[in-house]
Amino acid sequence: MQTTPSTNSGLPVALMAWLAGVIFGVGLLVSGMANPAKVLNFLDVLGSWDPSLAFVMGGAVLTTMVGYPLISRRSSPRLAPRFQMPVRSDIDRPLVSGAALFGLGWGIGGFCPGPAWTSLSGLAPGALVFLVAMLTGMWLAIRRSRKRLQAQTA
Amino acid sequence: MLPSVITQFTPWASLIGGVMIGLSALLVYYLFGRVAGISGITTGGLLAPASDWLWRVAFILGLVCAPVLMQVLNNDWPGVNTLAESSVSNNYVGMALAGLAVGFGTVLGSGCTSGHGVCGLGRKSARSLIAVFTFMLTAGLTVAVLRHVI
Repeated sequence: MQTTPSTNSGLPVALMAWLAGVIFGVGLLVSGMANPAKVLNFLDVLGSWDPSLAFVMGGAVLTTMVGYPLISRRSSPRLAPRFQMPVRSDIDRPLVSGAALFGLGWGIGGFCPGPAWTSLSGLAPGALVFLVAMLTGMWLAIRRSRKRLQAQTA
Repeated sequence: MLPSVITQFTPWASLIGGVMIGLSALLVYYLFGRVAGISGITTGGLLAPASDWLWRVAFILGLVCAPVLMQVLNNDWPGVNTLAESSVSNNYVGMALAGLAVGFGTVLGSGCTSGHGVCGLGRKSARSLIAVFTFMLTAGLTVAVLRHVI
């Protein structure tokens, strides 16, 4: 049985993660990323184009690009045993078809997963429908990949 | 889906919000050694709980609480529509299809705007660059068709 620091420090883990979630959420709201009208106008290059969201992605990516290498100098993260970042580098079909499908849904509704959560408290019916459908879509994809894995190992 | 509403160009608010998102992603890396991708956090916290599900659930609660805290602290944030209710489409069939596509697509493609965009591009991941290019392209095409063709 593997023991992790999180088993004996649940409260700091939960509090710090909650704080990170609040910062992320306020960032989404302040930036305009959580406003579907702004998202759809950003995507509508031929129409009522609003380039604001390029500044969101620019600011966020510059920040992570500078910060990741600095934090990587540590031997391990603060509240977990080790760094576990994605390691794959192959470009496969699910990556491209999944991203294409995500873009389709993003273009229809103007919501991506983060804003789906920050919109919950607004109780707008359209946002709630989106959130439930998104969780259903995720669940279906997880179930599909599990079945494929079983078929491979059987 | 949505009638075209003119939105104001907000470079400063968007830049500041973007930096906050980036700082949160760095905090997640510093604390938990993980990518701050919302689709992965949602699945690993709620739908297929990983052994370290706790931080993910707490992070999602933070996202949910963010607009409430902003309203409580100050409900007059210039240019910020905290609850965004006015601009959400009430075409429920469209929103259901959109949600299904976003949910299924982000699991299949291993990430969304945050995991591939904010974190993946920051890590200079080739997979993420391809993913971001692909979803920006299909999202742009979708809006172009829905607003200018149909």
